[in-house]
This record gives sequence, C-alpha cells and structure tokens, in this order.
Amino acid sequence: MSWHCPLPTRDLLPGYVTLSHLYKKFGELDAVKDVDLSIARGEFFSLLGPSGCGKTTTLRLLAGLEELDAGEISISGETVATVQSSIPPEKRGVGIVFQDYALFPHLTVFANVAFGLYGMNKEIIKSRVQEMLTLVGLQNSGGQYPHELSGGQKQRVALARTLAPCPSVILLDEPFSNLDAELRDALRLETKEILRASGSTVILVTHDQEEALSLSDRVGVMNGGHLEQVGTPYEIYHQPATRFVANFVGKADFFRATIREGQVVSNIGSFPLLSPYDALEGEVDLMVRPDDVTLTPDPLGTGTIVEARFLGGDAVYRVALPEQTYLHSQRMSANLLDVGSRVLVEVNLPHVVIFPRR
Amino acid sequence: MNTQGHPPSVNQGKRPSRLLPLVLYVTIALVVLPVLVVASSLLHPSLAVWTHLGQTILPLLLQNTAVLLVGVSLGTLVLGTSLAWLITAYDFPGRDKFRWLLVLPMAIPAYVMGFIYMALFDFAGPFHTLVRSVWGAQAYFPPIRSGGGAILVMTLTLYPYVFLLAKAGFEEQTGSHFEAARALGSSRARAFFALALPLARPSIAAGVALAAMEALADFATVRYFNFPTIADGILRVWHGLMDLGAASELAGLLAIFSLLMLLFEQKNRGRTKYYQTRGRLPGLPETRLVGGRGLLAALFCAFVLFASFGLPVGQLLMWAGREIANITPPVMATYVELAMNSILLATIAAILVVLIALVVASLSRLKDKKSLQSLARLVTIGYAIPGAVIAVGILLPLSFIDRSINAFTSAWWGFTPGLLLTGSLVGLMYAYIVRFMAIAYSSVDASLEKISPNTVLAARALGANAQRVMFAVQLPLITPGVIAGAVLVFVDVMKELPITVMMRPMGYDTLAVWVWQMASESLWTSTAIPALIIVLVGLVPIKFLLDASSSRTEKQTSQILMRKDH
Repeated sequence: MSWHCPLPTRDLLPGYVTLSHLYKKFGELDAVKDVDLSIARGEFFSLLGPSGCGKTTTLRLLAGLEELDAGEISISGETVATVQSSIPPEKRGVGIVFQDYALFPHLTVFANVAFGLYGMNKEIIKSRVQEMLTLVGLQNSGGQYPHELSGGQKQRVALARTLAPCPSVILLDEPFSNLDAELRDALRLETKEILRASGSTVILVTHDQEEALSLSDRVGVMNGGHLEQVGTPYEIYHQPATRFVANFVGKADFFRATIREGQVVSNIGSFPLLSPYDALEGEVDLMVRPDDVTLTPDPLGTGTIVEARFLGGDAVYRVALPEQTYLHSQRMSANLLDVGSRVLVEVNLPHVVIFPRR
Repeated sequence: MNTQGHPPSVNQGKRPSRLLPLVLYVTIALVVLPVLVVASSLLHPSLAVWTHLGQTILPLLLQNTAVLLVGVSLGTLVLGTSLAWLITAYDFPGRDKFRWLLVLPMAIPAYVMGFIYMALFDFAGPFHTLVRSVWGAQAYFPPIRSGGGAILVMTLTLYPYVFLLAKAGFEEQTGSHFEAARALGSSRARAFFALALPLARPSIAAGVALAAMEALADFATVRYFNFPTIADGILRVWHGLMDLGAASELAGLLAIFSLLMLLFEQKNRGRTKYYQTRGRLPGLPETRLVGGRGLLAALFCAFVLFASFGLPVGQLLMWAGREIANITPPVMATYVELAMNSILLATIAAILVVLIALVVASLSRLKDKKSLQSLARLVTIGYAIPGAVIAVGILLPLSFIDRSINAFTSAWWGFTPGLLLTGSLVGLMYAYIVRFMAIAYSSVDASLEKISPNTVLAARALGANAQRVMFAVQLPLITPGVIAGAVLVFVDVMKELPITVMMRPMGYDTLAVWVWQMASESLWTSTAIPALIIVLVGLVPIKFLLDASSSRTEKQTSQILMRKDH
C-alpha cells in the first residue's frame, strides 16, 4: 500500500499565498510593517534581508506561530489568519524547516519523518517514510538517532519530515546557514531539485543574497519590517528600487549627479538620460555595479588603479578618478592589471540606476 | 603534554611527591568505607538474624518502604511536573512569583512538616473537629496516621526537587521542537506528551530519584504516621535492642534500594546532553492564560504553596507566639543551648567537609588522568545513602576500634579510656563527612574545573611562582565555590536528623533532635521555636538554588540539588 500527495501543480496560479497589509509588533518594535505579498502556486519565493528585518517573523506569522496585529493571510483561497481569528499551526497544512532543523532528539530518523503522519495506517506510514527517506538519499538511516547524523544529513531529514505530510506551502527558515560552505552549495542545489520535483510552493527566508538570487523565482527584500522590493533576481540586482536594496544585494558605488535638460552630469562623466528615467530632473544619485565597469590599460586614461584584490576567477579593482572620486570594477583575473597603472574607465550606461536625491 | 585539559599541577618541574596520591587514596577509602562495611554485611548474611527479622518486622518494613517509594515518586512526579509545565509554557497572574515561591517548601524538613500535619489533621486537630461538628461524630475523615498521610507530607516537601529539575528540563528545550511538532499537525496536548515530556524525562526522572532517596532516608516522618519503613526499622533495632547485627543487615537492604535509585538517577542524567541542548536558541513558546483559565492556574499554584508552606509555617508561628507568651528563663536557656550545639556541629562539619573536598579535588588533578578524577568522585556516594545506613556503617568499625583500645589499655595499664570514637564527636563528624561530602565536593570541583589550564600557564609564563599562582590566581577563583559548599553543608547539618540521633554523644541535643523528640510526644508548642529556626536556616540554600536555576542550566541547578557533579 502506498500513498502520494495530490499530483503537484506547478501552474504558477497567482495569489495562492497572499499576505495583505500584515503588521506585527513586539512591544514597541514594529517587527513587520505593512507587508503585502502574493505568491503563486509552485513558486520558489525568497524573503531576503539583514537579521532583524522581519523576514523570520513574517514566516512565523504565515505558519501560525505568531499572532498578527493587523492584516490578513490566506492560503489557497482560504483565510487562515486575521486579527480576530487564527487557524492553529497544526491545521494550516504549512510545513517548516527550521534553522536548527528541530529534529526530535529522542526519536529515530524514521519516527521523526513519521511524526506528521500521525493517525494514518501503519503500512501507509511505512511506505511514505521510506519514500521520503529515499527522496533525500537516506533510505538506510531510518534507525539512526539525530545526534548520530552529520549536519547535512540532519538537514535532509528535516526536509523529508516536512515533505511527508504533503504541506500546501513549505517554509524554509535559513536552512543552510548551519552548514559549511562546500556542503551548503551542494545541498542548496539538491534541495531545490527535490522541492521542484515535489511541485511545492516554497518560501525561503535568508540573509544570504547569493542563496536568494540563485534559488528563487522571485525575491522580496525586507528592511526594518518593510518589504522594499519584490522582483525576479535579475530585477533585484540590476533594477534595485531603493538604495537599501542596491546596497544589500551586490556591491555598488554611488555618485552624486545633476540632471539638466536630459543630460546627466557627474564626477564620472556626462551622458544623455536614458529610459526609464526620462522624467527625472535635478539632484540625483547614480548607482554603478563593479561588473558594469570596464577598464582598459591606457597611459592617457583618467583612472589610476589604487588597489587590486585577487578573488580567483575575478579581480576587484579600486580606481581613483579625478576630484577624489573612487570606483570599483570587477573583471576577469586572467589579465591582471597592476596597481598604479593608468586605465580608461567605461561604464555600461544602460545599467546605471538613478535614484532621485531625497 | 596537557591533553586532558586539566589544570597542570602547581608542582610542575618538581618530582611529585609519592605521599600525595597516598593521602588521596586513603581519604577516598575512608569516605567509602562505611558503605562497604554495610554492603559486606550483606555478603555474609547472618541466617539467624534474617530468620528472626523475616518472622517479625521485615515483611511489613519492606511493604511499607515499597508503598512509600511508589507513592512519593508518583506524587512528586505529578505535582512537580505539572507545576513546572504550567510555569514554563503558560503565562498567568503571579507566574513570575510562583516560579520561586514554589521552591520554598524545600526549607521545611519532612520531620517538621510531618508533625504539623499530624497536629492539624489528627482526631483532635482543628480540621477533624470541624468535620465532626458539621456532619456529626460518625462523619468520615481520612486517617492521617497512615501511609497515605506520610506520602502526602513527603510529596509536599519533596516535590520541589522534581519541580526544579523538570522546569530546567522544559526550559532547556529548543522552542522550535515544539513548533515543528505543531507545524507537523500536532495539537498542544500531543506536542506535550510526544515531545516536551519525553525530552524533559531524564531531568524529571533524576528529580523523582532524588525525592525517592529522601523518602527512603526518612525515619521520623514515617514514625509519626505509624508507617514504619526500613530506615525506621534500623533505628528501632538499634535504639530499642542495641542490636547492631540486625541493624547492619537492614542497613544493607536499604543501601540496595538507595543504590538502585542512584543508578537510575545517573543513567538518566547522562541522557540530558542529547535531549536538552538549547544554548542561545529561543525556548518553548509561552501561551497567555486569560480570564478564568489564568485565575485557575494561579489558584492551583497558590493552593499547593499554601498546603506545602503557608499552612505549616503559619501553624509554627502560631505555636511560637503561644510559647513566647509564657517562656521561662530555663526554657530560654535550653533553646540557646540547643542552637549553640547545632551551630557548633554544623560549623565544624562544614569546615571539615570543605577542607577534605578541597584536598580530594585538587589531589585528583595532580596527574592528567580522567581515571583519577572518576575515582575521586566516589567520595560523593554518601548523598544517595540514608543517614541511618551511614551511621551503622561507621558504628560497626568504630565500636570495634573502641573495644580494641579498651582491651589493649586494660591489659597493659589496667585502665579503660571509655568510648573514644563512638562516644565523642569523632564518629558523628565522620558520618557527616560521608553524608555531605557530595555537596561540598561538587561545589569545589566545579570551581576548580573552571580554571582553565591556560590560566595557570599564563600566570607562570608571566613569572609567577607556584605560591603566587595559588594565592593570586587559583584561590580567588575557587573561593566562591568553597564558601557556597560550606554554607550548604552547614545548613544540611543543622537539619540532619537520623545520623545525629544515632551518633550524638550522650545528652548532646541539637535543634533537630529536640524538635523530633518533642513532636514524638505531641508537645507541639515546644517544637515551634527550634523548628522555625531550622526552617529559616533552610531558606538559605534556596537562594543559591534560585540563583543557579535562574541562569537556566540543568547542570548548575542539579549540582546544588543533587549534591553531585555530572
């Protein structure tokens, strides 16, 4: 006898999980402020932000582990939490993988995975647990105890345990942060494969931008309890909506500039204003990513390399420009440039992001 | 080099003396000796004694001991665990006060709580009288002079052991375990029974084992309630019949019960390291109980506190008031003498115990061998052995030595010096040392453990010689632990009853002995003032306990509670 989850539907039906104007206070602190979000069925969504930005609180509100102060949460068309009423966590059909995995130390791996299948037919439980353990590559570890497992194995068990009862949404709370770098990369990919195959709707909470950008269909960047921007990884990186997002995701240099009659004038040069900024006028800031800056050795160039950091495949240069202006450039390291040499600096203009000065 | 992580010997460089390990071995042997003596009496059972015991009191003693053990274990388990869960997982009016108030009953020894309940609920007591006046003379009132009464009283004074350890067990759990269970579809109730309770089980079991050890050691309370157990049997055959043979056979039997409890406790303690590993992660989620439910929770705690502390202390204060109203100078002088005796014994014992603990703990670190430290830990065995058993284990060899000395002197010089060891404070102090070594040792050992080997090396690298390392580094670091150990021993000796009753020199009465004697004769008002002093002194270690448990570590709490390290 065996049992499977209802056939996965990764139809990206919008509005599968919706958070409407969520607020949560801890004492005087606004942990979550007016968070408004809609996640599609089968989507892999990440909440990215520094520690204390409210991303974990948002996740806990979604799971029913905290009660909200305002707003509404619905999953699959059903309202699960408002200020007045809240469906308890055990009835929401939401699975969580915790940062510390929260494996039950007194139960075997098998019993851990079986925990959420409580009350089902013994045979079904057995086959389902075995299926889950096989899925995460631990088919022979059912009899072990959590303290006998490595960090990576614990993470896999936690995933199997969460998937076993077929949750409608899977929440991952920094699930890779307790692993060392090498294992982390491998497990990220593996986890994504498993979750993709299961067709699950996934919400990942992380402070690691690389993790969010590489795994997700869409990313929401949070700061101070507020959602700063929601978009695809490309949009988050190349079209940051706020200075915070620009700074938090990837490296960026900022320059003061003035826009007059469709012309941008700045320390790094002047150029015509491009869309979508046509309407801007006056004092602005320009944001330039190091990978949008090209350096060409040129004895007559305006830039001087003052620092070179070798990163393996790439090298990052700090370039001095006239008027005490500095700019970073990330280039392939095959043709390493010397500190002190003169370079011609070119910026990929369509990639320059312009923020009106407050 | 220093691979085991112990502080290196201060004598590094010099050849360690051969004498020092010998001192260590002899000290350990002397502390363990009484237990061995009693155990060996089981190896050579006297058929005549056992036949006699078997035909007379033994079946009853065994049955009562078993009933008491089961009753007190269940009682403390249910009361201690439910209170701990209520305090940890819920928020209700007064919760933060109850968190420490509920520990106070530990200050009241069972032999004090016992006679107060006796006075209150016996036929002539106020409650029984009230029931009769309302429902008539035939009205049913549960008899307090019974096993049930003894179990009730001991549960009320011993539940804090389970409460404190269960609380530590719950508090040490990672909150995400409980939340993961909820997210996997468990109700609160199932998450409690499938998760929180099993995870705290090692701590709870250790607490129950400690409560059970105390119940085994008690002879006074069960005697008030006319429910003789093995501990009571030992005192009866010793006092009534002066039959050391029978006493030692019974003591051996009781020692087996105690060692089983000890094994049970130790086995469970070892597990906590897998089960309770919260570190800095958030703990169990708290649920706020509002309205009637919050009130109900507060009322439950208040009722337990009233029954286990408010009522007995209130009654003692009432009696004390009556006593003070017509106190006479001779009675006053008696109380002063009793208090002086108690303080003298407790002070000498505290100093001796702490000194020996220091000697054993530091000598066991002379070599970088874990085995030596495990061996040294044997000195803590006394905390699990009932006082009556230790007394028998010491009386047997000491009275043999006394008799030999007297035989020797009378043969050679024609005079007998009398009972040099058993008739003086020597035997009594020896017994205190065995019984209370664990409290002092765990305290001293823990503070020595805190001195990292590098601290000493750093001091030496900075040019300090051995003396300076000792006075400028090691002693200041261990002083708090040494003082705490001494205070705890002092308090326990003040409260101690069975050893003092059996081994005190003739006519040398202490507060505890006086309370027991007066209570046995139902002279309630005469017990009040000495009993109150004992309760007051007993409040001191509770402060230590609460300081330790507020830092939320199971290990620290249990070091004081269990009188034992690891």
